[in-house]
Amino acid sequence: MTAAPPADLIARLIEAVAATVTAHADELTALDQAIGDGDHGLNMRRGFDAVLAERDATAAKPLPDALKAIGMTLVMKVGGASGPLYGTLIMTMGKELAAGATPADAVRAFGAAIDALKARGKSEPGQKTMLDVLVPVHAALVADPRADVAAIAAAAADATIPMKAIRGRASFLGDRSIGHMDPGARSSSLIIAAVAGVLEG
Amino acid sequence: MANVGIVIVSHSAKVAEGAADMVRQMVGDQVPLAFAGGNADGGLGTDVGAIMAAIEAAWSDAGVAILVDLGGAETNSEMAVELLDEDRRGRVAVCNAPIVEGAVIAAAEASGGSPLAVVKQVAEELSPQ
Ligand SMILES: [Mg+2]
Repeated sequence: MTAAPPADLIARLIEAVAATVTAHADELTALDQAIGDGDHGLNMRRGFDAVLAERDATAAKPLPDALKAIGMTLVMKVGGASGPLYGTLIMTMGKELAAGATPADAVRAFGAAIDALKARGKSEPGQKTMLDVLVPVHAALVADPRADVAAIAAAAADATIPMKAIRGRASFLGDRSIGHMDPGARSSSLIIAAVAGVLEG
Repeated sequence: MANVGIVIVSHSAKVAEGAADMVRQMVGDQVPLAFAGGNADGGLGTDVGAIMAAIEAAWSDAGVAILVDLGGAETNSEMAVELLDEDRRGRVAVCNAPIVEGAVIAAAEASGGSPLAVVKQVAEELSPQ
């Protein structure tokens, strides 16, 4: 993240994340059908379609305000628990970042956002959720700001397959949740890969 | 009205409306009541904006008790409460109770003038601790 991200960067981040959510919506829905209520792809698509529709207005804002606006749109539009979960994550990053943030500031804000997400979801890592991707990605960035976060996120999402769900609808299945990737972990890894692709590209 | 208000939040508009009908049958108009069911597209899900509107519609200075069905309804309701004005936030309670039975028993308790903490407690006695 550069010191003063141009509006163009915010617009490209929005486009990249919305594109990956759209491209993988059916896959996310299929994962959620296996161990949940089958709405994750549709819900994420509804949310990020709304974010994309507001792209120009959002991109005109300073980065902290842009993140708050994106998070609030997800809260209001997604229609499932992933709305407040992703919304809280992204809004908290906006609250924690000042305009002109350094990469180290961004990693610190990401950590604070994960803490807010844990409180919102009443969850901890190891419960087969998006936290099982976000927490190891954050740890890798703390250790090395140039870590290959897309690869780390993909591996972390794969690592949810043998886990037993403790939170969310999947927890109703008990041991039958084992053997399936968590849909929220997958969407988190997709979004991280898309963001990293823009920031590194 | 001085009685605690009741808000019902379900993934299903039919469940939310049906539970509200059962509450009305029990307490008539002695308790402010509103419901939110379904996502913004009319499908199964919950809608933070609709929950905020329901809280507003059922507002009472004594506070509002929210009854929810599944996880997303709880998470979205807690999010909606956090987005309220600061002076209202502390007067809304999301109850850990079965949605239909919880709504009816909470409304019955509220109709007698009980404070929010008691309304919440009575509803939550329905859930195994
Ligand atoms: Mg779902």
